Amino acid sequence: MSALHLALASNVAGQAATTLLGVVEAVGGFVAILFIVFYVAGRATGRLQKPIALIICLGPALLLVAIGLVIPAITTIINSFTNQQFLGQQKFKYIGLKNYVYAFTDPATQQTILRTVLWLLIVPAVSVGAGLLVALLVDRMKHPSGPKTMVFLPTAISFVGAAVIWNYVYNYKDPSLPQTGLLSQVVMAFGWRNPPNWMLTSPLNTFLMMVILIWIQAGFAMVVLGAALKAIPEEVIESARMDGASGWRLFRTIQVPMIRGTIVVVLTTVMITTLKVFDIVFTMTNGNFSTDILARRMFSDMFVTSQVGRGSALAVILFIAVIPLVFYNVRVLRREREIR
Amino acid sequence: MTTVTSSTDVSKPLHGAEAVQAVRRRFSTPMASFFAVLIGLLWTIPTLGLFINSFRSKEDAATTGWWMFFVHPTFSLDGYHQVLTGSGGMLMPLVNSLAITIPATIIPIFIASMAGYAIAWLPFRGRDVVFFGIFALQVVPLQMALVPLQQYYVHGLRVAGVTILPSPHINGTLAQIWLSHTMFSLPLAVFLLHNFIAQLPTSVMEAARIDGASHLRIFRSIVLPLSMPAIASFSIFQFLWVWNDLLVAKVFGGSDPAMQPVTARMQNLVGNYGAHQELLAPAGFLTIVVPVIVFLALQRYFVRGLLAGSVKG
Repeated sequence: MSALHLALASNVAGQAATTLLGVVEAVGGFVAILFIVFYVAGRATGRLQKPIALIICLGPALLLVAIGLVIPAITTIINSFTNQQFLGQQKFKYIGLKNYVYAFTDPATQQTILRTVLWLLIVPAVSVGAGLLVALLVDRMKHPSGPKTMVFLPTAISFVGAAVIWNYVYNYKDPSLPQTGLLSQVVMAFGWRNPPNWMLTSPLNTFLMMVILIWIQAGFAMVVLGAALKAIPEEVIESARMDGASGWRLFRTIQVPMIRGTIVVVLTTVMITTLKVFDIVFTMTNGNFSTDILARRMFSDMFVTSQVGRGSALAVILFIAVIPLVFYNVRVLRREREIR
Repeated sequence: MTTVTSSTDVSKPLHGAEAVQAVRRRFSTPMASFFAVLIGLLWTIPTLGLFINSFRSKEDAATTGWWMFFVHPTFSLDGYHQVLTGSGGMLMPLVNSLAITIPATIIPIFIASMAGYAIAWLPFRGRDVVFFGIFALQVVPLQMALVPLQQYYVHGLRVAGVTILPSPHINGTLAQIWLSHTMFSLPLAVFLLHNFIAQLPTSVMEAARIDGASHLRIFRSIVLPLSMPAIASFSIFQFLWVWNDLLVAKVFGGSDPAMQPVTARMQNLVGNYGAHQELLAPAGFLTIVVPVIVFLALQRYFVRGLLAGSVKG
């Protein structure tokens, strides 16, 4: 190893040590403060004891939620009615609904919104379909853990990591050279001589990126739907079998209706995720080649191209789109709990 | 647990999940197994490709597909060596990811379980409103909070020119990322932990009260230890979430590479088409290996959290 190399290594080691020490200090400090507060407040007795305990226990959460979510959300709604361009700008005007009008009339933004709707329709449906299929299959296996874990594993992988992984599937090389992308290799083996450059070809690229998200979400769908399938009372299944229902009919007439609530919850949950995910498109194409979606556009409006007002309007549109999904979700969940 | 009960109570007829399993076992078909394994393999192939490419030699990985490894295998740890020791490499990002994830997991646990305890066991006026208010905040997308929150970190909270809350002066430090993740995690965390804490047996709580334990004492020595299953579920959730997060890291981590977590570093690497193409595979593998290990080791708790019903974001 050269001297430079060594110096660099020790430099990195020093930096790492400093960073980790900071973590130990922060966590230790946080716990220590909690202990001291608990100790001091624990001396209080009598009438004051409960209010003090209440403030200590609930105060931090309420304060953080107010600073981190409530006030920012309100501010973003206000920002969406302004022509604010960058963070902390002092002079800006209220321009009414102009940002919203822009979002729905600007051709590029219109395309982005339509594309997002396409993601919303396809990804949740296919994820749930795939998850349900695997859940049904592993339900009939003696040792289901192997395939289950294999399908579930992408849940632990970041969207960025997934983008890197799929890079080796969608990679493009001139057809005369040996291929490095799996997809090109496979379609060429099937006789397609000149496969396109997948990520540059619209609208194909959008669908190929959807596959990545489906790959990640199917495991979640499988686990939740699998649990719901297991919860169907055995008597129901058995009596249906006595009546001669099996395979597809059993699935369609008994199993699906009995887990309908869960299917809806999974669908809406995946929808919400789909609406918010910006990492995949951001990493794979950065929204170029006609692949942009709402969440990525919002990010670049806010932090890259200095269009805070317009970005905020997109955020509010996303917020409004999410509300009915979440409330529907909660209603179904609550009804199911009541039944149990 | 199920195996224990079934082996001790042999005489009893099977009930519930065990009975269902027994029935299903009889109907298990080789076809189902075959297709399940096939899909499992299909799902694993992309990751396998990354893994194989990560230790092939630079030239091979650049010019031929990873499946050629099975035709003429080459091993080389150069990629890993370069990615771990190089100046723009993954070592500091890995450290940063740890440094971000650990506090951002531990701090919300305390704050949320305290809040959950207060809502569940310290009756006060309007507690239903507080609980549903926090719960409903899950609706707010992260994206809505980013710009104003960053403004707060820089300038403090001002309404009509009057400073209500001063800036915490943590701009450009990891503390900013910890705090942001803590704030964003609270709706889910309070919901999950409250639901668990509320179901702790009343008798235990009352006995402690009669023994003269204060509320805070009860929280520390009864609620916290008994809530471990729920805390475990939430921790793994939060660990994976924070480790895999790119958005918060990009917004609050700034552009300083010395502060970037693996996800942000990785996104930079992918963005530089051509520049460090050969480092993508080892760097990518290093990015995913920690959450994958955590996930495989603690899958049980993760599933439990998942089934408790959660919408995160």
